[in-house]
Amino acid sequence: MQWTINGQVREAEVDFRTSLLDLLREQFQLSGTKKGCNQGACGACTVLVDGERINACLALAVQYQGRTITTVEGLAENGTLHPVQAAFIEHDGFQCGYCTPGQLCSAVGMIGELERDHPSAVTADLAANGIEWNRDELRERMSGNLCRCGAYNGIADAIAAGLAKELGEELGEELDEELGEEIAR
Amino acid sequence: MSALDKERSGDNQPAGVALAGDYWRPEGGPDPLSEKGRIGIGAPLSRVDGAEKVTGSARFAGEFTFEGMVYAALVYSAIANGRILNIDRREAEAMGGVVLVMTHENAPRLNTPPVFLRSPNGAAGDDHPIMQTDRVHWNGQPVALVLAETQEQADAAAESIRVDYAAEPAMTDFELAKTHARRPDNVLGGPAEITVGDADAAFEAAAHQIDATYTTPRHNHNAIEPHALTLVWTTGDGDESGREGETLRIHDASQCVDLAVASLAEVFGIETSQIHITSPFVGGGFGGKALWQHQILAAAAAKLADRPVRLALSREGVYRVVGGRACTEQRVALGADEQGRLQALIHSGIAAMTQHNNLPEPFFQATKCLYAADHIRLSIDVADMQMLANTFMRAPGESVGSFALESALDELADQLGMDPLELRRRNEPERDPTSGLAFSSRHLLEAARSGAERFGWSERSATPASRHEGEWQIGLGCATATYPYIRMPGAAARITLTPDGATVGIAAHEMGMGTATVQTQVAAARLGLPVEKIAFHYGDSHLAGSVLAGGSQQTAAIGGAVIAAQRALVAELLALVGQDSPLSGLSPDEIECRNEGLGAIGNGSRFETYAQILARAGQSELSVQADAAGSEELANWSMHSFGTIFCEAGVNSVTGEVRIRRLLGSFDCGRILNTKTATSQFRGGMIMGLGLALMEETLFDPRSGRVMNPSLADYHVPVQMDVPEIEVMWTDIPDPHTPMGAHGIGEIGITGVGAAVANAVYNASGKRIRDLPITLDKLL
Ligand code: FES
Ligand code: FES
Repeated sequence: MQWTINGQVREAEVDFRTSLLDLLREQFQLSGTKKGCNQGACGACTVLVDGERINACLALAVQYQGRTITTVEGLAENGTLHPVQAAFIEHDGFQCGYCTPGQLCSAVGMIGELERDHPSAVTADLAANGIEWNRDELRERMSGNLCRCGAYNGIADAIAAGLAKELGEELGEELDEELGEEIAR
Repeated sequence: MSALDKERSGDNQPAGVALAGDYWRPEGGPDPLSEKGRIGIGAPLSRVDGAEKVTGSARFAGEFTFEGMVYAALVYSAIANGRILNIDRREAEAMGGVVLVMTHENAPRLNTPPVFLRSPNGAAGDDHPIMQTDRVHWNGQPVALVLAETQEQADAAAESIRVDYAAEPAMTDFELAKTHARRPDNVLGGPAEITVGDADAAFEAAAHQIDATYTTPRHNHNAIEPHALTLVWTTGDGDESGREGETLRIHDASQCVDLAVASLAEVFGIETSQIHITSPFVGGGFGGKALWQHQILAAAAAKLADRPVRLALSREGVYRVVGGRACTEQRVALGADEQGRLQALIHSGIAAMTQHNNLPEPFFQATKCLYAADHIRLSIDVADMQMLANTFMRAPGESVGSFALESALDELADQLGMDPLELRRRNEPERDPTSGLAFSSRHLLEAARSGAERFGWSERSATPASRHEGEWQIGLGCATATYPYIRMPGAAARITLTPDGATVGIAAHEMGMGTATVQTQVAAARLGLPVEKIAFHYGDSHLAGSVLAGGSQQTAAIGGAVIAAQRALVAELLALVGQDSPLSGLSPDEIECRNEGLGAIGNGSRFETYAQILARAGQSELSVQADAAGSEELANWSMHSFGTIFCEAGVNSVTGEVRIRRLLGSFDCGRILNTKTATSQFRGGMIMGLGLALMEETLFDPRSGRVMNPSLADYHVPVQMDVPEIEVMWTDIPDPHTPMGAHGIGEIGITGVGAAVANAVYNASGKRIRDLPITLDKLL
């Protein structure tokens, strides 16, 4: 069986019962991805599969063969932290750090949702072209990632700052400013 | 510019720090580090372990591996009381990869662990024998353990095990257990009843009376990291036959590494020197990560199978094996005169407990120090139940006790037609109302005043249910927060100085509170070194001292130990300097640490760097260890942190849903050491307080004694969308009698929040909810 994980092709033979989460943690020693409940309730195991966020504890390893998976260990590029990672440190987006990898992957996954115009429960105008990206959209979309330490304010600040930077680079300076104002409360 | 940059750029040379004197004595002076404007103290330094935590390289206890390691799974009892008749393990033993099935029939002989707060070595939650007999003591008790080559194999085998029981009647109904309540022999080592004057008579005679019952449910800590450990037994080199050189190496998620070592040594009948526990990262603790059966069972199974073991509790497993907060039923009776002055204050009630642990949920703690009533009666009774032992959870006592007390104050204010803050102001005591001691530092009124101003408290309508926005009713509420300052005995620190900086080692813990970061800052400031030249080591039972991460005591305990070690270090350095040194002839009390070295106080030219002193003495390092001074301050003063919580709640008049729109905490907790991590600590506590107020409840089936919602899907904790932008502020007035002038702040945040929310809900809707959590069904 084969997966592309953080840019590397990895191979292993695993029990069909093995979750994607246990594949990462136990087979490949990628223990950055956390197990908080193993039943889809906490988001600690969030990883990106072909850019979309999923709960790795609810996914079977066999089912994801051949897919491209990014874990927290793969967010930084060439030793440079992803803007959201750096912003988590600056804005104190964690305390114990156990929910953090899931929060980070979840946050990065939101960029794709923005680009694909996926609405959320708080999207005011479903018919509108494009989603008005604001702090409530961010908070609603991050509500699947529990943080018992209660770092939620710091997490929201960090993601707002990090996404503004990330999207600014991708979509141009203009958006950077708009987003910066809109998201940073 | 961050504080770190400032230090780096050198445009703000740290001033010297003299050695701290006897801050714990009335005649002793305050710790010099508590003075305003100390470089680095209060700086919003980002966490020193931040990079590891955001890249996934921080390794938690269940992420270590040993060669030949096997995985464990537990089977939990399905009855609350009775005997195991038979355990059918045949299918499990025949399954692929299974290495061992351990039950009471084949478990190694283990001594019963010493219980927390009952024995000096006690870290265990209860005193039941562990897999030694056929007795079942609670619904969920581990009755079998499976080891297998993979977790999948262990889990499948555990599921195949069939257990037959002979069930016996069990006391699992709190309502029934209450009718046999008893007075415990102590509450946290103090009396279970405290009286000042005759509160019952004074209450009867009072012009204004509030007499109400408040109930709070069971809670579980629910740290996002479930309890996990990886361990191995090894025999020392060259010792073939074994026993003597046997050591137990454990990676655990622990808030008490030394206490756990001491308890495990008793259980296995070995020396403490044979056990080594490390716990550098803990994925949240909140009181739940001490010693429970899973660690002992994992070590026993590893011994039996002669294999290293990883045991990671499932989320359900945590609910079955690790105790939580007990439920309480509290009566608060307030008698006041026309001016709102309290003549009688009664706070009594019953908490669930077992006969096998020693923690009556101490809900009267906050009431001991808060208000100047003429007559006071406080008491706690316990209702013995057959259940998993309850334990400490963030602000045991104050969290649920302040809900009752502060709700009652609000009810009294309402009856008097008085502003709730004014009522509290009128009852502000001069001295501790129950101990009679002077307060070491109490600026509650200042915290309340500044918080009220910032929050816009004056906009509150005194008439409930008078403010609407569409279908939402809006209300404001407030409550007092408080938590004691303590500093437990046992702390010691080792400072190792080299020409490149200093290492501070102490067996303390970092579970996200910011300990490592804050103590790095403090050590840097104290030794006159930049923060990047300090390495703070913790979470290792081999390190100096024994510091429990509990009771919000770590900041002070570590601070006191480092103060003692600094004095020892300076004395040794002075002993090293020769005749030629500019420091020659000076005594420690004439010295201050500054600019990476020692200098004479008030004399800029008498100075040498640490590197110079070491070089002159021909030493590459100097290492000293010292014990913290005894915590005499606790006998000299009444020492507490204070605060006022302000809440704006919206209650949906159609659905009964409650949304918290604004939340502010204004705290008086001595000197704040790192504004960034402190903000997070306060907010984290307040968010757990929102959970307590609105959603958290461990559902305990009174018929079976089983926890029915052992999952994060069914036990609700606040999520991102439940939490508004929380404002926190503080007086930053140092306590003259504590290290750094600081108080620990890990627990005060949760206190008062339950009542602030309930009071805001009342102000919004006119409905007084005295039964937590305030779910929408109670508002319809
Ligand atoms: S571990 Fe996957 S959602 Fe909790
Ligand atoms: S930082 Fe501890 S659970 Fe989020």
